[in-house]
Amino acid sequence: MTDATSTGQEPVAIMESPIHVDYRFTAGLAQSRFLKGLSQGRFLGQRCPRCHKVYVPPRGSCPTDGVPTTDEVELSNQGTVTTYCVVNVPFQGQSIEIPYICAQILLDGANLAFMGLIQEIAADQVRMGMRVEAVWVPPEELGPTMASVRHFRPTGEPDADYESFKEYL
Amino acid sequence: MAERCAVIGAGQTKHAAKREDVSIAGLVREAAERALEDAAMDWGDIDAVVIGKAPDMFEGVMMPELYLAPALGAVGKPMVRVHTAGSVGGSTAIVAAHLVTSGVHRRVLTVAFEKQSDSDAMWALSVPQPFSAPLLAGAGGYFAPIIRAYMRRSGAPDHIGIVVAVKDRKQALKNPYAHLHIEDISFEMVRDSIMLWDPIRYLETCPSSDGAAAMVLADEDCAAASPRRPAWVHGMAMRSEPTMFAGRDQVNPQAGRDCAADVYAQAGITDPRSQIDVAEVYVPFSWYEPMWLENLGFAPDGEGWKLTDSGATALDGGDIPWNCSGGVLSSNPIGASGMLRFLEVALQVRGQAGAHQVDGVRRALGHAYGGGSQFFSMWVLGTEKP
Repeated sequence: MTDATSTGQEPVAIMESPIHVDYRFTAGLAQSRFLKGLSQGRFLGQRCPRCHKVYVPPRGSCPTDGVPTTDEVELSNQGTVTTYCVVNVPFQGQSIEIPYICAQILLDGANLAFMGLIQEIAADQVRMGMRVEAVWVPPEELGPTMASVRHFRPTGEPDADYESFKEYL
Repeated sequence: MAERCAVIGAGQTKHAAKREDVSIAGLVREAAERALEDAAMDWGDIDAVVIGKAPDMFEGVMMPELYLAPALGAVGKPMVRVHTAGSVGGSTAIVAAHLVTSGVHRRVLTVAFEKQSDSDAMWALSVPQPFSAPLLAGAGGYFAPIIRAYMRRSGAPDHIGIVVAVKDRKQALKNPYAHLHIEDISFEMVRDSIMLWDPIRYLETCPSSDGAAAMVLADEDCAAASPRRPAWVHGMAMRSEPTMFAGRDQVNPQAGRDCAADVYAQAGITDPRSQIDVAEVYVPFSWYEPMWLENLGFAPDGEGWKLTDSGATALDGGDIPWNCSGGVLSSNPIGASGMLRFLEVALQVRGQAGAHQVDGVRRALGHAYGGGSQFFSMWVLGTEKP
């Protein structure tokens, strides 16, 4: 064996060894209902029997009251952008062209916003309070995944009043 | 608190984008040796080691504390790993301090680290989930909408984030251990840097750093025998809350307010702005300074940005200087970032902060947060025995 210095080469300081992990995800009852809903082009949430808040995606229990959320609720296809950011960072496996809008969307009837992609509008035109609707993939492509929602787009309705969503920030 | 506890030794590495000269073991040992030297102690004087770091995915080494035991002199001694996401450096110090206040141990070495160059923390934070869209693009993508919500709620003008970014980088120039030393940092430079996650600009974000921090914590007798002035623990607390629940205030989280109230009650603080002389607060994106000024009770709701704008939080001329070391915006070895906040206030209380020392510090607040603004840890240190 010859060492690095005797061969005039730089010593090895860092060695790249990518890690790939495949895992089997057990969705559980509540998320299974939600994912099945997505494969039918519907948003299914659940309501807490105690505080009556509607969770979508549902978690199966209410984080505040600690009770099962057994009451299923179908949510509207429309909602409000509560807040958002414009993503300008390219990343691995990115399927969306930058800049794109990553928004918190509060579906009508829900009490918790979730993250969604806004398209069909210029990035600098998006607003807090903007009304949006889900654009689903064609029926033959629907599946039990968030990828069933291609994106959200403006409905063209007037913006929601700040007071109506400020509690959801 | 049963027994009193004090910081009697503190050490940190030079933080940098890539510390290729050391392995993880070499990195933590560098900080630990400096802490022991400061405490005038040797490895054999330590009763137990408490270590923390952010998720294992960040370096791709599972349970690294196991292989680090020899490098930290922990063979044959109790060793505990703490894990609370980005707040871990703070909660690690608190767990170590509890071992002293509970009377279990008399001298505890606590260490925290991250070697971000060994892997890719940004993407370790953005693992695809089967029930959500792959949009996140790192921590900035998570926090930017919350910052936008703060701006809307408070009516804060756009330049506040820039003011913080410039202030902390200027202060970092006085800290030889800081990762970023941007000599010509200016308002224009930050303003004109690229919008990564609008409203967050490139220079309004923290860097990715390699680094470690270490402290020696001791009981009253050991502190009395220590050659340098101890920094006494006057109060410490941790709180957490779920990432998502209906009605959650993401801008001003309940867990942060509760944690501050607890630690202030222990330390007898009723008006943090006048009773705390200096603070090191976890600000990884510049807008988190005004947000935490409100969360921690230094300013009324919606008015934190006015304090920042007035210069009150600057080392140069402010009455409540925040992040004199340059803060997380200037050095971010994630797992160590919280402990650096805790350690920097120990330096301030002990009068050891060098060029970024604030005159006459009697009481100081160290703060860390992590996850989706859901884990909080804080302590208050003072010159007087509590």
